[in-house]
Amino acid sequence: MLKINNLQASVEEKQILKGLNLEINPGEVHAIMGPNGAGKSTLGNVLSGRDGYEVNEGSAELDGADLFDLEPEERAHAGLFLAFQYPVEIPGVSNLEFLKAAIEAHAKANDIEPPSSAELLKQAKEACKAVDLPLAFLKRGVNEGFSGGEKKRNEILQMMLLKPKLAILDETDSGLDIDALQVVAKGVNSMRAADRSLIVVTHYQRLLDYIKPDFVHVLADGKIVKSGGPELAHELEAQGYAWLENGEKAGENA
Amino acid sequence: MTEQIDKALEREYEAGFVSEIESDTFEPGLNEDVVRRISAVKGEPEWMLEWRLKAFRIWQEMEEPDWAHVGYDKIDYQAISYYSAPKSMADKPKSLDEVDPELIETYNKLGIPLHEQEMLAGVAVDAVFDSVSVVTTFREKLYEAGVIFCPISEAVHKYPELVQKYLGSVVPQKDNYFAALNCAVFTDGSFVYIPKGVRCPMELSTYFRINEQNTGQFERTLIIADEGSHVSYLEGCTAPQRDENQLHAAVVELVAMDDAEIKYSTVQNWYPGDENGKGGIYNFVTKRGVCHTNAKISWTQVETGSSVTWKYPSCVLKGDNSIGEFYSVALTRGAQQADTGTKMIHIGKNTKSTIISKGISAGKSNNSYRGLVRMNPGADGARNFTQCDSLLIGDKCGAHTFPYVESRNPSAIVEHEATTSKVSDDQMFLCQQRGIDPEKAVSMIVNGFCKEVFKELPMEFAVEAGKLLEVSLEGSVG
Repeated sequence: MLKINNLQASVEEKQILKGLNLEINPGEVHAIMGPNGAGKSTLGNVLSGRDGYEVNEGSAELDGADLFDLEPEERAHAGLFLAFQYPVEIPGVSNLEFLKAAIEAHAKANDIEPPSSAELLKQAKEACKAVDLPLAFLKRGVNEGFSGGEKKRNEILQMMLLKPKLAILDETDSGLDIDALQVVAKGVNSMRAADRSLIVVTHYQRLLDYIKPDFVHVLADGKIVKSGGPELAHELEAQGYAWLENGEKAGENA
Repeated sequence: MTEQIDKALEREYEAGFVSEIESDTFEPGLNEDVVRRISAVKGEPEWMLEWRLKAFRIWQEMEEPDWAHVGYDKIDYQAISYYSAPKSMADKPKSLDEVDPELIETYNKLGIPLHEQEMLAGVAVDAVFDSVSVVTTFREKLYEAGVIFCPISEAVHKYPELVQKYLGSVVPQKDNYFAALNCAVFTDGSFVYIPKGVRCPMELSTYFRINEQNTGQFERTLIIADEGSHVSYLEGCTAPQRDENQLHAAVVELVAMDDAEIKYSTVQNWYPGDENGKGGIYNFVTKRGVCHTNAKISWTQVETGSSVTWKYPSCVLKGDNSIGEFYSVALTRGAQQADTGTKMIHIGKNTKSTIISKGISAGKSNNSYRGLVRMNPGADGARNFTQCDSLLIGDKCGAHTFPYVESRNPSAIVEHEATTSKVSDDQMFLCQQRGIDPEKAVSMIVNGFCKEVFKELPMEFAVEAGKLLEVSLEGSVG
């Protein structure tokens, strides 16, 4: 599904990713953990093509397509979805209008028939229920006046309707209380499928109690320094990240 | 991202074509003789000529105002032609079949079909081409309801007592420089009279088109809504693409008698000039309405064209409990300049006014809101609410707000809110990440910003206005 090879990227000439390798197969859920400033959010931004992030070296392929050859919207059409850490507001543009524009753009790019307005509304209502947002939110401006938790749930709602091949959840748990966290996790879990992969970026192990990953990677100083199964998340929770960074340095010295 | 936005803003002006129509056009220049000739061509009665001459003498004594936040080369009033009419209009057509097909074609190109059967359901149209009104549709049906909707040049002959009574009653000849000029040389425009208690059975609309080179357009609109009547009126404007600037100095007067309601909507898309500010229309317009007891006037405008706009549709709230509203979207791009807003003059008790202004600036344009709210000593319990929002696209444009508040009554309440925001990179990226291309994203964000105003437009025109913004922003992202 996704193949990242020796990815090096910088922001304002400062190198953040320093040779990152990652391979994800269809249906897998990968958690990426790591200390602040390790480059966790940068990975999502670079893959989705946000302005201001420069790829210096390396490649990233989604189902064989070179992501770095594509415009941000084309990456989205190819099946890449990023759930934002800080979803932005678009006043006056209703959620439903926004979803319609997004779904129609996807359909057009992939040469398929878009759902009818009635069908779209039905899907949107179901998604609303799944993430526990009142239906009235469909008529409100995109994230306009939403609480932090509501914004995060709105991201999951968009994901449910766009049905991406690969979704990157960027610290979707930050700012959520335990109830909201469970709702979000339930929504995400309902999206798990054999032909869909997830990257869950998080600072805390907490989210992984609800979204069980197949693999856990530790990102430190722009590289993946350790990979393992779900048990790795618990080790990190118990011991923090410091030992890893030290360990890595020790390894380099050896 | 800014670069993308700039690119998206480089669009073509779709109404910029010139129609090949033979015209009778006056030589450029302005003096008393020209005023007399305009009056003679129109076959006007003596009182009308005297009224024009009085205005012309007032104008000669006045100086062009320079307080607006706009800059343009001095206008040479002697280089403008003050009258132009399609030749085939000399023998005025009696029906649509006799109208020059090229003229019909022009309106078709603009998406304004004049054939009644093809019209938007329930909209009567008056089409003004250069200096004359070429056709007014649905007149008979309106006549049955007692509604008068005709070119003002015709009203001067047919309804002289109404014209004499109300012309200049809201915007007097000496009101301002451009209004005085209009009084002297106005050529045509629409006249509307709604009798007592009548609800006008359809939307009325006028489309203005400047075609000839070096001509000015000076139209005059007068709408009188008698007691308890109701009317909704829309005007649309376009002009060909030319290198020279052209002057458009219109006057609109609205009279809302007791318990009457007038809704006046404008979709203005005059040629805005090129990216460097060459060419385009100078849109210097005076619009004002007077509200008697319990009356209501609502101005809604969508301004996307013109190189320079100077326009303040206003309400004089004379009668107790009268209501004035102003909803505005002004979009400037390229080198366009707009200084627009409103005046709400509260005279009667418990008068209310609402001002919602949305300014959108892109390219290297300048967009200013200028508004006056005046509470006179007698305006007990009067209220005003003003909301002024500016949206910036890119980093080379400017948005300015000049609110003036004069309150001479302690019981009056004036509220003012203002915001300035940007189409942010984050908003653009969210749209793109969801698969929406940058052009569609900008137009969606801008449309969302204008929503409060668009919902005030009559349904058919709300769609038109949304599309117009889309065209205006085409290519504004890259």
